[in-house]
Amino acid sequence: MKVLVPIKRVIDANIKVRVKADQSGVELNNVKMAMNPFCEIAVEEAIRMKEAGTVEEIVVVSAGPQNSQETLRTGLAMGADRGILIQTDTPLEPLAISKLLKAVVEKESPGLVILGKQAIDGDNNQTGQMLSALLGWSLGTFVSKIENADDSFTVTREVDGGLEIVKLTKPSIITVDLRLNEPRYASLPNIMKAKKKPVDNYTPEDLGVDVTPRVNTLKVTEPPARDAGVRVESAEELVEKLKNEAKVI
Amino acid sequence: MSILVIAEHDNAEVKSSTLPTITAAQQLGDDIHVLVAGHNCGAAADETAKIAGVGKVLKADSAEFEHGLAENVAPLVQQIAANYSHVLAPASTYGKNIMPRAAALLDVQQISDISAIESEDTFVRPIYAGNAMATVQSGDSVKLITIRSTTFDAAEAEGGSASIEDVAATGDVGLSTYVGAELTKSERPELTSARIVVSGGRGMQNGENFAMLEKVADKLNAAVGASRAAVDAGYVPNDYQVGQTGKVVAPDLYIAVGISGAIQHLAGMKDSKVIVAINKDEEAPIFQIADYGWVEDLFKAVPELEAALG
Repeated sequence: MKVLVPIKRVIDANIKVRVKADQSGVELNNVKMAMNPFCEIAVEEAIRMKEAGTVEEIVVVSAGPQNSQETLRTGLAMGADRGILIQTDTPLEPLAISKLLKAVVEKESPGLVILGKQAIDGDNNQTGQMLSALLGWSLGTFVSKIENADDSFTVTREVDGGLEIVKLTKPSIITVDLRLNEPRYASLPNIMKAKKKPVDNYTPEDLGVDVTPRVNTLKVTEPPARDAGVRVESAEELVEKLKNEAKVI
Repeated sequence: MSILVIAEHDNAEVKSSTLPTITAAQQLGDDIHVLVAGHNCGAAADETAKIAGVGKVLKADSAEFEHGLAENVAPLVQQIAANYSHVLAPASTYGKNIMPRAAALLDVQQISDISAIESEDTFVRPIYAGNAMATVQSGDSVKLITIRSTTFDAAEAEGGSASIEDVAATGDVGLSTYVGAELTKSERPELTSARIVVSGGRGMQNGENFAMLEKVADKLNAAVGASRAAVDAGYVPNDYQVGQTGKVVAPDLYIAVGISGAIQHLAGMKDSKVIVAINKDEEAPIFQIADYGWVEDLFKAVPELEAALG
């Protein structure tokens, strides 16, 4: 089975984002970028499937500006076999990304597309679900466990009430949640080897996809500030303040 | 045009996330229809008809909708969405699973997790874990939107008398099968709708120590939550997680115990009315947003708090 892993380059999860003064977005210049943490979990799972012998080839794919190539190299250094870059400077919405991925799936014919449940920049949580609709494939979202059988995946999903188990007929789309695995770090020899792994380049036009945004971002602002309050020294003082000052108990 | 709300329910009962979604719909229009797609879901449909502000309940009662599988529900939403200007669902795991699949079938760019409505096509939503707020305008003719339930008041569960209309099923697409669920049983209030939440973090050190928080929660009739660190460490199940990628809560009182205050945790609770932080590290970022901060070892503080609550 071939696995396709879509990955995204985002601001590093440990960086505090800053809103631009002109309210056009958040500051991306001179900010440390990294692979979206949920995408790392998806890449890791694909590698583990390959190590277990159920997957022959892992293809990582990223859509975005030229420097998304760096994120592909990270995926290749972790253990993916080859990369596909869909290069565009147009800001991509989940629907457009899904259409690009559909075109790649039609070229590559994977048995599984595994991807993060959301990217930590837009927090949309849409791409996997949308891709599943466009392909007419089975869908497992927010997955924390995958069991692979001949013609199906049985997945455990993290839902609001606890866990849910669903059997998906292959081919499938699986979006991964935090508890699926702990992604590995790429070793230095593997980082060197990754530089030689092949990466194919496409544009949205090559794939025949119109990526014109549907949603217009009018402004991006700071969230309402929340100030630090007061310190208390004892349980009695805390309870007294919650009762008489805040009036919440 | 009318507004369609997709109800979250378990066939027997409507989930609390449906009520703020109906409030959001009321800000967009007067004629609100609610889709109850399930199996043997008459009780949930009856309950929905009583919610104040609901004009009509659309009941799709068929075996393929029993467990809310996205593959089966999305074509139903696709089929009826054309009659509406907006289709709304709660931004719960239920809504997040189904809505984008329906949106792609309709060729619509969904707007996720909105926290405010500016006009019929303009919405505010948090991005970057709530560290920025984006005001976005949709150009799609039908707008598919998920609702951040903590920023809209719950519609009154009683007072309505909507008619219930059956809608035709769309069939089982046969792509996936529900196998089972392990749902957390608790006598406490539900995390996302509780008036008071007591949460523990990595500082709790193990799952057994959460019993201390449960004692405090019992005195306050509170729900118990956790940070991602505590869930990742296996102290408590995944459904306890509050944060960017877990549950978003905004109770009247949020008590964070042994939680340092990582960005992704704050994203899930910083809209709480009053925040209390108990942490022995006075430099912990949680103190920067806490209304009441108590620098103390939680193993001393929590039993004292329980005692002080009488």
